Amino acid sequence: MSGFAGIAWRELRRAWASGGVLLPVAFFLLVTILFPFAVGPDPALLGRIAGGVLWSAALLAALLPVERLVGPDLEAGVLDQLAVRGLPDAMVALAKIAGHWLGFGPPLIAASVIAAGLLGMPGEALARTMLALAIGTPGLAALAVATGALTAGLRGAGAIAGLVMLPLALPLLIFGVGEGPGALKLLGAVSLLLLAGAPFVAGAAMRVGRE
Amino acid sequence: MSLTFDGVTCARGGRVLFTELSFMVPAGGALMVLGPNGVGKSSLVRVAAGLLAPVAGQVERPERLALAGEAAALDAELPLAKALGFWAAIDGRGDAVAAALGAMALADLVQVPVRLLSTGQRKRAALARVIASGAALWLLDEPANGLDAAATRLLEAAIAAHRAGGGAVLVATHVPVAVPDAQELRL
Repeated sequence: MSGFAGIAWRELRRAWASGGVLLPVAFFLLVTILFPFAVGPDPALLGRIAGGVLWSAALLAALLPVERLVGPDLEAGVLDQLAVRGLPDAMVALAKIAGHWLGFGPPLIAASVIAAGLLGMPGEALARTMLALAIGTPGLAALAVATGALTAGLRGAGAIAGLVMLPLALPLLIFGVGEGPGALKLLGAVSLLLLAGAPFVAGAAMRVGRE
Repeated sequence: MSLTFDGVTCARGGRVLFTELSFMVPAGGALMVLGPNGVGKSSLVRVAAGLLAPVAGQVERPERLALAGEAAALDAELPLAKALGFWAAIDGRGDAVAAALGAMALADLVQVPVRLLSTGQRKRAALARVIASGAALWLLDEPANGLDAAATRLLEAAIAAHRAGGGAVLVATHVPVAVPDAQELRL
């Protein structure tokens, strides 16, 4: 288990070193700020679409670091070294997901308070969105690591990553902004499904990448 | 435990690199894999490490092995001691790092970030990781690349000490490395 914690911690440390929590949070807030400029400053309208805006911004912020999640490790021989130590690829991927989520999930949930203030979002809706983000961001992190592994070593990996990841994140978006308790349950189900499947997809992609 | 190749054939990108290769490196033994660039030395090392599946044949390897490949696999932004410490923690050998750094004459550089190290120093750091791992089998891919004469002596001394302790080593190299009584394999 020391391997798992070590890899997760390394992932978190690298996220800090390459811009810290500031970068995804700043990006998240910037995207949020764009919407009032685009749709106009009508408070009623902004309050109504705020949940969807926050989720779209979270999705884009999650996409931001995809390129550095797996590709650099493949290039630097880190994945080789982990493999010769007999660590299963899926376990390495799961540790990366845990570390990646710690680096962007909680800061994003905290920043949603500021974003809600900017959009004039009612407190009740904010509480629900924060809960939904807490449930959904682990799934986003899993998707990001799987996408990072699938596109590792490709030229223009960042652009391709967007094409791979955004359609697959749609269920999270739909149930994240959905109304009622049923939506949250389905959001949890999708997030769990991604968490369960992504380590194996990412592991297989890393294995192919090493060959 | 030793490294055994039994009728191993390896192909990459549709090109056959070697066929029906058989050898055994016993405990305390050494195998030098020699040959020009691009002949398949690195692929042989990767097959031995289990990173590359052979097209045919069997490979037997000990459970714990250490690999020094082309890339150093050390986090560039970390001080050298911490970058090595990450791997030593996974190996459960945190106390072996200091001695390994000493063996590669890197003791003065422990606080220096890896990104500031020279090519040769980075290579020595990768070799220090192999020494610290305590694995029974060392797989060294071009270990003398970028090393000066003094560092090459350190490498040879480290290999000799490893073999004296019952360890086995496979060295793929195109520059001379003195390993007494080693088997030779020309690709």
